[in-house]
Amino acid sequence: MKNSIQRLGNITIVGLKAISRNKLRSFLTMLGIVIGVGCVIAVVAIGNGATKSVENTINSLGTNYIMLFPGAVTQSGARLFTGNSNLTPEDADAIKAECPAVAYVCPTVRAAAQVVAGELNWGTSIQGVSTDYPLIRSWNVDQGDFFTDQDVKSTAKVCVLGATVAENLFPNGGAVGQIVRIKNVPFKVDGVLERKGGNMMGQDQDDTIVAPYSTVMKRLSGKTKLDMIQISAAAPNLVQEAQSEIEAVLRQRHRIPPGGDSDFQMRSQEEIAQTQAQSMGTLKNLLLIIAGVSLLIGGIGIMNIMLVSVTERTREIGIRMAIGAKGRHILLQFLFEAVTLAIVGGLIGVALGIATSGVVRHFAGWPIVVTVDSIALSFGVAACVGIFFGFYPARKASRLDPIDALRYE
Amino acid sequence: MPPRVIEINQLVKIYQMGEVEVRALDGVDLLVDVGEFLAVMGPSGSGKSTLMNIVGCLDRPTSGSYILDGVDVSKLSRDERAVIRNAKIGFVFQSFNLLARTSALENVELPLLYGEFGWTTELRHNAARASLQRVGLGGREDHYPSQLSGGQQQRVAIARALVTNPAILLADEPTGNLDSRTSEEIMGIFQQLNEEGKTIVLITHEPDIAQHAKRIVHVRDGRIQKDERIEQRRVAIGRWAVRHRSATHPGPSPLCGVGVTG
Repeated sequence: MKNSIQRLGNITIVGLKAISRNKLRSFLTMLGIVIGVGCVIAVVAIGNGATKSVENTINSLGTNYIMLFPGAVTQSGARLFTGNSNLTPEDADAIKAECPAVAYVCPTVRAAAQVVAGELNWGTSIQGVSTDYPLIRSWNVDQGDFFTDQDVKSTAKVCVLGATVAENLFPNGGAVGQIVRIKNVPFKVDGVLERKGGNMMGQDQDDTIVAPYSTVMKRLSGKTKLDMIQISAAAPNLVQEAQSEIEAVLRQRHRIPPGGDSDFQMRSQEEIAQTQAQSMGTLKNLLLIIAGVSLLIGGIGIMNIMLVSVTERTREIGIRMAIGAKGRHILLQFLFEAVTLAIVGGLIGVALGIATSGVVRHFAGWPIVVTVDSIALSFGVAACVGIFFGFYPARKASRLDPIDALRYE
Repeated sequence: MPPRVIEINQLVKIYQMGEVEVRALDGVDLLVDVGEFLAVMGPSGSGKSTLMNIVGCLDRPTSGSYILDGVDVSKLSRDERAVIRNAKIGFVFQSFNLLARTSALENVELPLLYGEFGWTTELRHNAARASLQRVGLGGREDHYPSQLSGGQQQRVAIARALVTNPAILLADEPTGNLDSRTSEEIMGIFQQLNEEGKTIVLITHEPDIAQHAKRIVHVRDGRIQKDERIEQRRVAIGRWAVRHRSATHPGPSPLCGVGVTG
């Protein structure tokens, strides 16, 4: 036992020496594995980072959150807009009045506009919402006040600025009480929202202006229908119930016969999270396939070089066999060489992957999460690739006839 | 009566070349005692290479028996023959067959890497160093084959063959790639080793070289044609031997101290 361990150690040394004798070639052989492993780690890190930030954003919406969109759902799940929206502010009122499981309802319309304040102007998005908006999004005002239900009823020309907009239009502060002009309509600034930061897509959530939906519809977009209704269930465990109540109310209001397709659709926070995770997963799988292919190519590269190496060293193999190496010893020697190439390549790849992730985080500002799993996985795959693709050349070497091998020129 | 080291009986080797059967060896009988210095001679195609391959356990006979150092090796498997080659046979080839880019010491250590004993690194180094000194190459341990002359490379090869203390040294045209002066030197080493008790089987087609042995076996058409004892032509003790004797080895057998037993 001790002897065979000793001999295994000796064969290990033999294999290592062969690698160090051909440094450049060994490095080039490893390159495929290096790139493959580096890819896997960087891709998984970037994918995990994206998934995580999506999760954070979606979770920040609160577990009660439900989105109600106009349009029908086809069987494949794709959302088709059937022309114009058919959600009205009255629908929102009805939901709030008739669904006990619903706590807050916020009719929402969107518009994009250039906003002018004094000599400064800023292009941003305008969201028409109700007073439930800060409650649903748990987003409070930092300065001043949110507009009131009275403002909504009277289509008052008031607004609340996101922190980014306030900074750009009023660099010296004191936005509250000032007038901003949106599409030439003067709006009084009631308040400034607290800073919320970037969302899952890296967009600045503070780059927005919030105004009563009634005002936006009447003065800015001219729309009579809503783009979306944001809803908050009374409790996390009431989301399902709230959804069925909303569905019942809307189907009745829109006069949809039993069995007919709804002309609206709902997404709960959980569903949104699932959809996002799904698309992230698809992207990640695609990138992993690419990384897998490059590992495969790396493995073929190792096999190629090992085959060349076996042919080139036929005489050496003959000498070793003549002085007493068994087929097994030769097999182990070449297999060890291949696996070492793969493992060292894998290690360099891990370092490269982590470095790449760091560079991406630093320059692109994406959130990056390097996981131990991905390192272990890619490293393990690299070692397996070494064994798998090293085995054939090694077996070929071990089966050479010593007489022929010695005579080989 | 000295013990037998090689006992070959009715050895036959048949190669199948497509349709044609080639009888490379056609009933060879050969007995070699411990301490003999035997030269096998014969023209190319005579079967001497085949005989050497079988004697060296690189190949198996089609029929007949071959007992090497008390072990019947004629029916052994590939791996079993590898063990026998490692333990009982020291090869010296015409083209030296050293590993390039590998130091003399490491080349000599090579058989020990595959041996059945658990050799520690230190024991390996010591054995290899002693073996190199025995052929007059003490101090050249770290030289690579490319830094050594042909004669020196062949001496490294002899040191490698000796390091496991084998039952026989099997030298296949050991002087084929060397000039006549260096050839003499190498033959001198063989004679020296033979005097120290090594059994040597030399395969050659040069009568001059064969004259250095004590017995010549002539092979022709796969049979032994003539088996004669001859008057050995002695090589004058050359430079290497002087250095070898004066500087390095006071004792009779340098391997005594290493603890190797066949």
